[in-house]
Amino acid sequence: MFSNIDWDVIVRSLPYLFFDGMRFTVILTLLATAGGIVIGTLLALMRLSGIPALALLAGAYVNLIRSMPLVLVIFWFYFLVPYIGQWATGAERPIQVGAFWSVLVTFTLFEAAYFCEIMRAGIQSISHGQAQAAQALGMTYPTAMGYIILPQAFRNMVPVLLTQTIILFQDTSLVYVISVTDFLGAASKIAQRDGRLVEMYLFAAIVYFAISLAASHFVRRLQHRIAIIR
Amino acid sequence: MITMNKVSKWYGKAQVLKNCSAEIAKGEVVVVCGPSGSGKSTLIKCVNGLEPFNEGTIIVDGISIGDPKTSLPKLRARIGMVFQHFELFPHLSVIRNLSLAQIKVLGRDEKAAIENGMRLLDRVGLHEHAEKFPGQLSGGQQQRVAIARALAMDPIAMLFDEPTSALDPEMIQEVLDVMVALAKDGMTMIVVTHEMGFARKVANRVIFMDKGEIVEDAPTADFFGKPRSERAQLFLSKILQH
Repeated sequence: MFSNIDWDVIVRSLPYLFFDGMRFTVILTLLATAGGIVIGTLLALMRLSGIPALALLAGAYVNLIRSMPLVLVIFWFYFLVPYIGQWATGAERPIQVGAFWSVLVTFTLFEAAYFCEIMRAGIQSISHGQAQAAQALGMTYPTAMGYIILPQAFRNMVPVLLTQTIILFQDTSLVYVISVTDFLGAASKIAQRDGRLVEMYLFAAIVYFAISLAASHFVRRLQHRIAIIR
Repeated sequence: MITMNKVSKWYGKAQVLKNCSAEIAKGEVVVVCGPSGSGKSTLIKCVNGLEPFNEGTIIVDGISIGDPKTSLPKLRARIGMVFQHFELFPHLSVIRNLSLAQIKVLGRDEKAAIENGMRLLDRVGLHEHAEKFPGQLSGGQQQRVAIARALAMDPIAMLFDEPTSALDPEMIQEVLDVMVALAKDGMTMIVVTHEMGFARKVANRVIFMDKGEIVEDAPTADFFGKPRSERAQLFLSKILQH
């Protein structure tokens, strides 16, 4: 089986794989993580706000998203959002948002649900006494959250947040369903075109493995560095 | 300066404060004692609005705590509070613990806030620990930082919620020394504590609470000399045995 392996196909396609495919994968991962953390934190604050309407709204959103397969959401967004945009703006044609923006919004909103639960756990891990101490010093809710609670919650949760990001990094490969070329998509295209399925898929697997492994090692080291002294 | 009038509070059906009334004048040091679960901590947390109450009024420096129009953050900035478990911010250095609220709440500029913070660290004898993190200090040192943090806001009164209960015995004295000095300087203080030595030394009055009620409110000498209520006598006999 390995007699007629052509490793050279990998070398020849490296620029395409990395400058087109991997670049897309990394950009999507980073932007969706950043957006997801911001929206997720807001959702977590809503869930913990003690205001029933806000808590219910955020809770419903999180539960809805978490009970849906990601592929379905990607599809749904890509094909339905143009029509929703048309309906909302009253335009003559469906609003074209473009594949990149569509998947970026999808992943951000999808990840926000997961980051919400992580940040919620993080906020709840901070003792109530910390909030009382901040209040007793006259801090308002935004000040106490921004300077006392969230920085501690965030640090406690960094390992979990980054683990979620590594999962997201792998999940971005699902963009193939709307024919967007990420790293795996690029490898797949070359594989089909040159009939080099074994080489390309093997190489793609190794790259995902290497990056994910390196990232989780980095997480472990980071954990030691940023831990709060107690 | 602080007036409590018939303050009552319920947790569900359980009444934790029953018609508590007391008056604390400017410069007075009042010790609140009583068995655990008697509502002492709850009562002083009502004074700065950390705990809501259901009935009665609390007036601090002319401002009503229960009034929905009162800006609680503004009022709290003027009342210092020291907690049983210190509650320093573990992710911030000692000096940042002292300066943050001065900057964000009082709007002082950073330099003035740090200068003021250093002056207070000096006062509690921890000048050289400014750049350390709370986790690097002993319990007694942390509590002294917490007192300095509250003082940095130039409070009109200080509330202490069992400030020495979480400390190892050998660290209690250093914290009490700071509190005694503060009392001698004329600070208005309400102190929930079991340290009867401290009460004897600096308190003007002792309030004894049991089961959510203020059972006795007497000048210190009277309280230790001849407590009127049986419950206070029983409590004192238990606590003063050793």
